[in-house]
Amino acid sequence: MTSIGINFNSRQLNLDEGTTLREFISTQIGKELDANSVAADGSKLGVAAAVNGAVVPRSAWNSYLLAEGHSIELVTAAQGG
Amino acid sequence: METRNITELDIHSDPFQIAGRTLSSRLILGTGGASSLTTLESALRASGTELTTVAIRHFSAAGAGNVYELLQRNNVIALPNTAGCFTARDAILTAHLAREALETNWIKLEVIADEHTLLPDPLELHAATEQLVADGFQVFAYTNDDPALAQRLQDAGVAAIMPAGAPIGSGLGILNPHNISTIASRAQVPVILDAGVGTASDAALAMELGCDAVLLASAVTRAHNAPLMARAMKDAVRAGRAARLAGRIPRRDTALASSPAEGMMQTLVGDFS
Repeated sequence: MTSIGINFNSRQLNLDEGTTLREFISTQIGKELDANSVAADGSKLGVAAAVNGAVVPRSAWNSYLLAEGHSIELVTAAQGG
Repeated sequence: METRNITELDIHSDPFQIAGRTLSSRLILGTGGASSLTTLESALRASGTELTTVAIRHFSAAGAGNVYELLQRNNVIALPNTAGCFTARDAILTAHLAREALETNWIKLEVIADEHTLLPDPLELHAATEQLVADGFQVFAYTNDDPALAQRLQDAGVAAIMPAGAPIGSGLGILNPHNISTIASRAQVPVILDAGVGTASDAALAMELGCDAVLLASAVTRAHNAPLMARAMKDAVRAGRAARLAGRIPRRDTALASSPAEGMMQTLVGDFS
């Protein structure tokens, strides 16, 4: 399988071509996500994603194919303010 | 508000209404600066807060969802902020990510001018406010202690005006009480004193000046005993609010005896003549 290079939260990663944003995020947060990107265990995700500086809504993760050179930012709540 | 018959402040006699919700606590605690999540949780509980700010940062598997889960566990509402943003563009992107991540349209909008003062950039702040209001956000605007800018932000449709008492983390208190009072007296939306609080009397003063609530973080999280300071802030905000509603006496240039002059013994009266 061909691999693609992406930037994830300021790190370089290689992924299999054809990986969707939903599959990628599911792996990162360690939660199984259904086709609507709802956690299988019913928990709130508490994360959001932007690709190349634009927010990708959760409803679009399943159909979003990652490609060579994509820059993905995955964010969550942190102490602050 | 008729306050003559109120002898105790609670959610019924003195509800804090903001962006369509009613809160019983007028103290909003920021989560920044705590040495550990355990300390933060103790402080949050001691403060009695129902609303707390969080920053939006890169997800890391090591710290996965810790703060978010802590807030959910304690039934505290998360108010995401745009801390660290220097431009309207970055703040708008951060706000949209926060809305997705935390499933809230509330955003504490911070657009900082420079790292040295951490004071708001008025032009970028106003531009970001207009866009976020148009995008359906309830904007809590962190602003300077400038009544004119506060008015412009209100005209742009903010849910709350959050003037700085002093630079973030400085603990200098309220540097311009007159301006804070002016902002509070003119505002049609809640005014939340934000930033600069160093100790309990600063929080009480904010409420006495007419602010609707106080937001603070460092004063508690960096105190020697964070939960105890959180409790002090809770009491100070309540005391300041009660004093505001009770109506302070006017200031005078000369003394005004509180004991009656009538009935004084003649010999003593004679001593003063």
